[in-house]
Amino acid sequence: MPIATGEEAKEPVPAGPVPRGMLARILDSDILHSFLRSKVTIASAIVTLVFFIGAAFAPWIAPHNPFDLASISILDARVPPIGMDYHDPRFLLGTDDQGRDVFSGILYGARISLAVGFLSVLFAGVVGVLLGLIAGYVGGKVDAIIMRIAEVQLTFPAILIALLVDGVARALFGNLDRERFAFWILVFSIALSFWVQFARTVRGSTLVERNKEYVQAARLIGIPPFLIMVRHVLPNVIGPVLVIATINLGLAIITEATLSFLGVGIPPTQPSLGTLVRIGNDFLFSGEWWIAMFPGCALAVLVLAVNLLGDWLRDALNPKLR
Amino acid sequence: MLAFTIRRLVQAILVMLVVALISFTLFRFVGDPVNQMVGVETTPEQREALRERLGLNDPMLTQFGRFIINAAQFDFGTSYQFRQPVAELIGRRLPATLELSIVSAIFALFVGIPMGVYTGLHRDSILSKLFLSISLIGISLPTFFIGILLIFLFSVTLQWLPSFGRGDVVQLGWWSTGLLTWGGIKALILPAITLGLFQMTLIMRLVRSEMLEVIRTDYIKFARARGLRQRSVNFRHALKNTLVPVITITGLQLGSIIAFAIITETVFQWPGMGLLFLQSVQNVDIPIMAAYLMLIAFLFVTINLIVDLLYFQVDPRLRAERATH
Amino acid sequence: MTQPPLLSVKDLRVEFPTRRGILTAIDGISFDLREGEVLGVVGESGAGKSITGTAVIGLLEPPGRIAGGEIRLKGERIDNLSQPAMRKLRGKRIGMVFQDPLTSLNPLFTIGDQIIETILTHLPVSEREARDRAVALLEEVGIPAAGQRLNAYPHQFSGGMRQRVVIALALCAEPELVIADEPTTALDVSVQAQIIRLLQRVCRDHGTAVMLITHDMGVIAETADRVAVMYSGRIAEIGPVRDVIKSPSHPYTIGLMGAIPSLTGDHERLTQIPGSMPRLDSIPAGCAFNPRCSLVMDRCRSERPQLIAAGESQAACWKLLETERAAG
Repeated sequence: MPIATGEEAKEPVPAGPVPRGMLARILDSDILHSFLRSKVTIASAIVTLVFFIGAAFAPWIAPHNPFDLASISILDARVPPIGMDYHDPRFLLGTDDQGRDVFSGILYGARISLAVGFLSVLFAGVVGVLLGLIAGYVGGKVDAIIMRIAEVQLTFPAILIALLVDGVARALFGNLDRERFAFWILVFSIALSFWVQFARTVRGSTLVERNKEYVQAARLIGIPPFLIMVRHVLPNVIGPVLVIATINLGLAIITEATLSFLGVGIPPTQPSLGTLVRIGNDFLFSGEWWIAMFPGCALAVLVLAVNLLGDWLRDALNPKLR
Repeated sequence: MLAFTIRRLVQAILVMLVVALISFTLFRFVGDPVNQMVGVETTPEQREALRERLGLNDPMLTQFGRFIINAAQFDFGTSYQFRQPVAELIGRRLPATLELSIVSAIFALFVGIPMGVYTGLHRDSILSKLFLSISLIGISLPTFFIGILLIFLFSVTLQWLPSFGRGDVVQLGWWSTGLLTWGGIKALILPAITLGLFQMTLIMRLVRSEMLEVIRTDYIKFARARGLRQRSVNFRHALKNTLVPVITITGLQLGSIIAFAIITETVFQWPGMGLLFLQSVQNVDIPIMAAYLMLIAFLFVTINLIVDLLYFQVDPRLRAERATH
Repeated sequence: MTQPPLLSVKDLRVEFPTRRGILTAIDGISFDLREGEVLGVVGESGAGKSITGTAVIGLLEPPGRIAGGEIRLKGERIDNLSQPAMRKLRGKRIGMVFQDPLTSLNPLFTIGDQIIETILTHLPVSEREARDRAVALLEEVGIPAAGQRLNAYPHQFSGGMRQRVVIALALCAEPELVIADEPTTALDVSVQAQIIRLLQRVCRDHGTAVMLITHDMGVIAETADRVAVMYSGRIAEIGPVRDVIKSPSHPYTIGLMGAIPSLTGDHERLTQIPGSMPRLDSIPAGCAFNPRCSLVMDRCRSERPQLIAAGESQAACWKLLETERAAG
């Protein structure tokens, strides 16, 4: 059992009161230790945190509101960033073709990118964990059906699924309505391709747990075994699920950005980081590189930081991922 | 082995049927095909006549059967936006996408495998750490942004390579190739790298971790204890044992390369199927969407079938196991 | 000048640097091995038997390293050879047989491939000759229809047959020494004796010396000329098999002998040594065996005993010095 070997590998617990509780256990464990030892991990945690704060408090931090048509002026269009000729001190990273501040755009864009990323991973996680529990616990035909669907799903890349969902949504809602629902369509289509990994991992743990004696015992004394499964399997899979969630957060942000870049994601009226790059891409050749490059780099740094955190978390918790 | 092949073939056909069902559902229920074909001034009677002529009043099963028979003959009807047969549209775009995908797959394999072997064998060397850092960045950078960076560097700033299109193409029958002219090859370089980079880092990391596992096995220790040459131990005995998972992933990735070509083709305005598909999504051109879906599924299934058969070539144990079934 | 022994190990120390400090797996062991001789190395798991073997053939897994002492093959030092030089020596002059025949053979190559490659690596023969030699070897180790079996893959053989192939592989370049690391442990009991006898016969026929690593005293008694008993990375006792078995000197060996059931002897209760071997990071000062020893003295807790002659064998125990003194 991987859990048992993990226990053996740990340092002997020092004498004295043994701390209890989830938080105390985490603080006491190797996880915190390995976290503090790795400079890269600390740096990526800080970068991620900065993005979170920047995104969450964008309306207060951002020097301009790119959505407020009254405050932007076409006269400020295509101003280069600070440090270049003809720059404007009001615009740290320059402006785009409509005079919107690129820096503020990034803050507001990160807000949407992170929101889509989080919600889709949350959605995928909940669906995946539930389906995994059901597949593992009920077994038989239900299990076979769920896992077959997962397999077919896995053969199709997330981008393709999301594009199809978007195409269907356009056909069903019409283009105008689609823009109103674009955010939720995006969340749904990304979640749709990310639930599989959660389901597989949870199913594996459930299969192991189901045959243990305490589950049989619970059945004997009349406790609904499914409740027991939830109570005992969930704590066991919380590590792997967390790792998958972190890694998938990076992937979800990339997927959202890609879809928005392709013009099927978030509409330009409320641009995400991907939409900003799409807008800027048209000006690459006329020399206004900053419009695409700054949002693109912000996106890359954010995803890199999240991925590094995921990598570290995977190594620290060392779960067997399927 | 024959039995196994037949079983996989049946599975492949099943998957194709499921995808066909999805395509058919898209085609039949998402947006009324008749509305897309006729003008506003068409009378209800004319519509009904068209409906009857297209067989849209037949029982569903008949319609589905007809859809499959037509699909098997690459007949997916007419594009709503181009008013041309879908098969013809896709056929014209197919060579561009396949050339791009195959070249980037070759790039990914021929750069990724040696890098993986190297980093697996020399875990702690500086070059390995450099490769690993690059691979992490490669995984974190969205494909479209890699493309934009490459364009910015090699097309805008250095002006070495073209940033869009296929360059000069030569027509070989119905196949148009960019591989025979210098301009065509130059145009292919940036898109191929953009598309292959992610797969390359993936293959590198996979080969590396497999390599790390294999060199710890007893048979590699025994090979070393017999004094076999280092090169033979690493590249004959160890590498061959890493191939089964590498083939699996590469097979799967080849499928996703074709799908990811959508992004690369958009960035580089590459006139392939992906660009066509994206346009069809934006314009709700259902016949093209349905046909593209079927084609992609067909490619996936074919690749997976080839991968399964490749296993037999690599691993003698499978040959024996399957034979006893 | 007498001829140097085939293998001579002097004060060998093997260390494994870890996060928590350096672990000494082998702590100053010395032994000789003459040409054609079979030396048994026994001990519990973790006593350092296998590490001694891997150190001799130069295949210690990093971060493990030889930290002191020397290993000589026919008088020539081999513990400080370069990797390529050591590589040429492995298989050619020192062969090795691993524990588990199921995992020792590369599953993706025919056994013919594997034998022929090894022969061609070390001997100046043509492919044709290598093939003939491979067939002859397989016949010698008792593989029926050897000519056809050359094209078979490892999974098509049983465990016992695979170990025969492994022995053929270890011997295919006529090494002077074979290190057999628990060659029968992973096999069925019914096959174990066959394989041991095969190893013994083939090595005698080729004049190959054997370092037979095992935890099975019975195998040693049957096969070895001399035996080294290891405990906590040190040699507790070394000497001719007969002497060590009949009249062991070290309390650990005595305990070990008491734990072997005998078929002929009367039905005494098998003795058992209390406690267990210390872990590498908590080896006590003085004699490593002192916490479990019934004859422990003060000196055993502070000073480490060296090998002391006891009849034809030698043992590392302070008690011997006393009996010697008492006798003298």
